[in-house]
Amino acid sequence: MAAPDNRPFAIRTYPPDRLREALKRMHLIRRFEEGAEDSYMRGLIHGTMHLSIGQEASAMATCMELTDSDKITSTHRGHGHCIAKGADVGRMFAEFFGKETGYCHGRGGSMHIADVKTGNLGANGIVGGGLPIAVGAALSARRLGRPDVTVCFFGDGANNEGAFHEALNMASVWKLPVVFVCENNGYGMSTSTARSTAVRQVADRAVAYAMPGVTVDGNDFSAVAEAVHIAIARARAGDGPSLVENVTYRWRGHSKSDRNRYRSKEEIEEWMTRDPIARFQAELIAHGVLDQAGADAILAAAIADVEAGIAFAKASPAPNVSEVTRYVYAEK
Amino acid sequence: MNAMHQDQALRTLSYAEAIREAMAIAMEADPTVILMGEDIGVYGGAFQVTLDLVDRFGPDRVMDTPISELGGAGVAVGAALTGLKPIYEFQFSDFAMLAMEQIVNQAAKLRYMLGGEASVPVVFRLPSGSGTGAAAQHSQSIEAWFGHVPGLKVLQPSTPEDAKGMLLAALADPDPVMIFEHKLLYKMKGHVPAGSYTTPIGKAAVRRTGSDLTIVAGSIMVHRALEAAERLAAEGIDAEVIDLRSIRPIDHETILASVRRTGRLMVVYEGVKAFGIGAEISAAVAESDAFDFLDAPILRLGAADAPVPYNPDLERASVPQVDSIEAAARRLARREV
Repeated sequence: MAAPDNRPFAIRTYPPDRLREALKRMHLIRRFEEGAEDSYMRGLIHGTMHLSIGQEASAMATCMELTDSDKITSTHRGHGHCIAKGADVGRMFAEFFGKETGYCHGRGGSMHIADVKTGNLGANGIVGGGLPIAVGAALSARRLGRPDVTVCFFGDGANNEGAFHEALNMASVWKLPVVFVCENNGYGMSTSTARSTAVRQVADRAVAYAMPGVTVDGNDFSAVAEAVHIAIARARAGDGPSLVENVTYRWRGHSKSDRNRYRSKEEIEEWMTRDPIARFQAELIAHGVLDQAGADAILAAAIADVEAGIAFAKASPAPNVSEVTRYVYAEK
Repeated sequence: MNAMHQDQALRTLSYAEAIREAMAIAMEADPTVILMGEDIGVYGGAFQVTLDLVDRFGPDRVMDTPISELGGAGVAVGAALTGLKPIYEFQFSDFAMLAMEQIVNQAAKLRYMLGGEASVPVVFRLPSGSGTGAAAQHSQSIEAWFGHVPGLKVLQPSTPEDAKGMLLAALADPDPVMIFEHKLLYKMKGHVPAGSYTTPIGKAAVRRTGSDLTIVAGSIMVHRALEAAERLAAEGIDAEVIDLRSIRPIDHETILASVRRTGRLMVVYEGVKAFGIGAEISAAVAESDAFDFLDAPILRLGAADAPVPYNPDLERASVPQVDSIEAAARRLARREV
C-alpha cells in the first residue's frame, strides 16, 4: 500500500505549470494594485478604489478550477477576482484610466470592472448586490443544461445585508450550483465583524440555509483551494450551494479616504507576516515546483506585464464625450 | 370581410387573459423564457394572471419564489444576464420598492457600467393602481419613478390588445422593461388578435381625435378620459385623447403634434400629481415650439398629495375620475384655468 500523500492540497492536486501560473497571477494582483495606487497618487486615475493587497490567495485559489464558462460575481474590492479569473491587466488599467480600450470602455471604472468573456459578471458598487445575481446565473446554468458553476465573492460586510439572506435561501431551496465565497477581512469599512455580526464566523450562518459552511485560513492557498474544490464538486453534482469563508486581511485601508483610525499598527504588521504570496511561493519551492531563480523570473514577468499594462492604458484613447449616452440601451 | 377576418374582429379576451396568452406564446416559442414570482404557480398569481400556466409549462418554468422581492428580482437580473428571459411578477407594484436596488442599481445600469458588454433582457410585471380598497401600500401608481431611470423601459398598457403586444415586445427587447398593469383593467374585455404580434415600445396612440384640447393619459385614465370626452362632445367640446402607452421612452412627437393643433393640453395620471408624468410632459411642451401654439395654461390632473386612503369615497376622491376629468377639461376648453 502506497504511503499517504501528505503534501498540501494544491501541490498534490494541480500540475506544476498551473501552480506557477497561479503564483504569477497572485504577483500580478499585488503589482496591479500597487500600480493602480501609484497611478492614483500621480493623478492618472481619479475617483476612488478599494485595494485587495493581502487577499491574493483568496481570489486566486478560489478560481483554480473555474473555466471561462463558469461565472463569478465580484465586489467593490474586485480587482483581484478579475485577474484571477483571467482578465488582461492592460485592459484593466485602461478602464481605471477611463480609456475607451478598457473593459467597460471607460464607463465603469474600478467599481464595475468586468470581463464577461472570461465569466466575470462584474464587480459591484453595492454591498451584497452580486449575491442574488449569482443565484440567477446559477439558475441559467441549470435551465440551459450547462455544467457551469457560479462563484459569488462577497465581503464580511455583505453578510448583514438582506440580499445575503434572500440569495442563500433561494439557492438552497432550489439546490443551485453556486458557491458563496465570503472574504472576511475583519472589517466592513471601519466596523469590525465583532461589532456588526451576531455570529462568530460568517460560515456559522450556513446552517440557517441548510448548506455546508466552512471557515478557512484565507491566506493559505491550499486551504482555500481545497474548501472551494469540495464546494464546486458538490455544486456540479447537483447537490446545491455551499458557503466558504476565507479569513483574510486587507493591508491597505478600505478606500482612498481611509485614515486608518480603527486598526492598530501592530494588528496590520502582524497580518503582514502572514503574506499569502510569500507563503505560497515558499510552499512551491519546498515541494520542488519551483526554485528561487524560477520564482524571481515569475515576479519579473508579473512586473513587466503590469508596466506594459500601464503603458497601454496611458497610450489608449479616451472615450468621445459625444458618446455619453452610448450603451444606455442596446444599439440597433 | 372574409370569414377569417370576421373571426379576428370578434376575438375578445380580458386584459389578464391577453397577458397570459402573451406569456404562453413566448414560452412555447422560446425555452429560455421563464416566469418567476410569488404565488404564480398553482395559486395563479394574486390576480390570476398566470392561472394554469404551471400545468402547461411545469414548476421549473413557472417558479414560485419565496417572499423575497429583492432576491427574486436579483435572481431574475442574474438569469437575464446569463441567457434566460425571465418575466418577474411583483405581486403588487408597491412591492417593487423592496427591490429598488436590483432594478435601479443593477438591471438598469449593467449594460452601461460594462460598456455595452452585458445585456439584461428581464421583464418586470407590476399590478398597479387604486380602486380595490387595499389602501396605502397596495394601491400606488409609481410608474413615473422609473421614468427617471436611464436604462429602463417603462410601459403602461390600457387595452387587452396592447397588454399582449407590449409584453411580447418587452420579451423581444434586449433591455429591462417594466410593465405596469392596472388591477381594475384585468377583467376588461377587448379585441385581441390571435398569434404573435408586438406593440411598438415608445409610441403613443391617439384614441380619439379632437380639435379643442389634448388630453394625454395612460392606463385606466385613458378610459376615463374617453368617457369624459364623450360627455363633453355633447356640449360641443371636442377633445383629443392620447394614450401615452410608454413612459420611457416617451413619444414627444405625437403629443407635440396634437398640442400644435388643439392649443390646449391636459395631462391625466394616477400617480401623485407633484413631480410626475404631467410635469415631464408639460416641460417638454414648454421647451418646444408647441409652446407657441398654447392658448391656455397647461393643466395637470393627478392623485391627491396623500397616500391612497381606505374609505371608498376618499379613495375615489384621491385620484382622477370621469367627473373630475370632465370638469377640468371643460374649464380648460373655456379657458377658466
